[in-house]
Amino acid sequence: MSAVATTEGARLDLRRSRRTRRLLIAATLVTVSILLLIPLLGILWTALEPGLSVITDTLEQPDVQHAFKLTLIITVITVVVTGVFGVIVAWVLVRQRFVGRSFLNALVDLPFALSPVTVGLACVLLFGAGGWFEGFFSARGIQIVFALPSMILVTIFISIPFVIREVQPVLEEVGVDEEDAARTLGASVWQSFRKVTIPNIRWGLLYGVALSAARAIGEIGAVLVVSGLIQGQTETATLYIFRALEERQTPSAYVVALLLALTSVVLLGAIEFAKRRIGRETP
Amino acid sequence: MSSAARSLPRVRTRSISHRAAARIRHASLRGAAIVYLGAFILLPVIAILTKGFGGGMTAMRAAFAVPGAWQALWLTLITSALAATINAVLGTMIAWVLVRYRFPGRGALSAVVDLPLAIPTLVTGVMIVALYGPSSPVGRFLSSIGIDVIFAPLGILLALLVVTLPFTIRTVQPVLQELDPAEEEAASTLGARGWTTFRRVVLPAIRTAIAAGALLSFARAIGEFGSIVLVSGNRTGETLTAPVFIFQLAAQFRPAEAAAVASLLFGISFVLVLVTTRLLKRKEAE
Repeated sequence: MSAVATTEGARLDLRRSRRTRRLLIAATLVTVSILLLIPLLGILWTALEPGLSVITDTLEQPDVQHAFKLTLIITVITVVVTGVFGVIVAWVLVRQRFVGRSFLNALVDLPFALSPVTVGLACVLLFGAGGWFEGFFSARGIQIVFALPSMILVTIFISIPFVIREVQPVLEEVGVDEEDAARTLGASVWQSFRKVTIPNIRWGLLYGVALSAARAIGEIGAVLVVSGLIQGQTETATLYIFRALEERQTPSAYVVALLLALTSVVLLGAIEFAKRRIGRETP
Repeated sequence: MSSAARSLPRVRTRSISHRAAARIRHASLRGAAIVYLGAFILLPVIAILTKGFGGGMTAMRAAFAVPGAWQALWLTLITSALAATINAVLGTMIAWVLVRYRFPGRGALSAVVDLPLAIPTLVTGVMIVALYGPSSPVGRFLSSIGIDVIFAPLGILLALLVVTLPFTIRTVQPVLQELDPAEEEAASTLGARGWTTFRRVVLPAIRTAIAAGALLSFARAIGEFGSIVLVSGNRTGETLTAPVFIFQLAAQFRPAEAAAVASLLFGISFVLVLVTTRLLKRKEAE
């Protein structure tokens, strides 16, 4: 008697949990569609509405070509600097114990707490008219603000945490045993770093670098403040979109936005690939 | 015997010089890390704080004497708090679905929710304008029934929801993965209903992760610029947010006032980020 009641209860529970499951999956798909997929399709549709020729027309504009070139230069330099120094900082934070280590560790999170606009403002305060370092650089004829150097500096600032925060846990996970073994077997420090450490952290590094690149390509608030918005000179791809929309050149702005969105989908592929590799290799 | 005794000191000197070399190497790497973070992170922050508070509270008072300054700060705090709260719920739900259910398209879904990390924030803004703006059928339909998204607080909220969507998912997902389903099974065997099981067994385990995700979302949202600047219309006193207000002050060559407001926002965010890292670390220690 009671056994029958239990199975009936279990059946009811099962049915209920199936209903919950369906409901939650549906709600998730609706959320993701409203917030991400439909807007993405919206921009695809709006950008290509005038016909495919709008893409070639846009890419033929010298301003657009220059903007993409500038974004590429800034992104490559940012990725190299934040990649190399990111690995060094992560290594120092994981492998060394010293006074001020936790302070240094807290510093890494600071860029997450600063508005990009504030970062741009700080750069102007340091290198702009009346800034702390203005005299030093202007005496040597080097222009920082309203020129490429400041745009690179602010982009590096904003991208600093990514490589550090992705490499750190991987370094912690793999430990020092393999590095020590390589050194005992007579490998030089550089050899052990290249042959043992780098292969161990490569997916974490790829993850961080992809996030870094995505942030660098998409940066607007900080470069908007420091660039001075000189058309065809200090205009990155995002700044081009910003100006083109203000000047009502909507079709080409949408095309550039669409191309950036497609680039970010490629970067997302790298991010997901790295994430899966990290998940597989660390137990 | 004698040859071993002779070779002993040599080994020792080599190991000492090795150790000295290692120490120099460690010190120089540490130096590089300190100089890198000091120059790139600490210096700009000091520049902002000294400019903002160099003359005491004068710059802050001047900044908040500008019409619309208070409204901008409130608008940013309220929309950010709303976005963080909504995404705490949605993010927990999505993390649950991704971890606990197997269904076709799960892999693709798991990738798509990371999209806001990869897509330029300005492009997020362009997407929202394209979809909900007056030139799209969706936007026209919504405004015909009295819902304005573009150039309205709703658009700001929508932009913030998109940009901060991944944060809670990313903090909750790993904790859910670690959680042993046996406990939930035990609870439901003892007769607890689905919701009761979730509230009594799952929620206490992921509470910290949800809080951490929400705090990070909030910290990110109050600084957000790229996705908002196109969507909001930046009308003083109505749809002007604090970061856009800072930008306007900077563009009007009022760096001290801009730095004062920037310091205030930074202070709020920084405390939240610190609290979050503490929370996560304590959770990890448990």
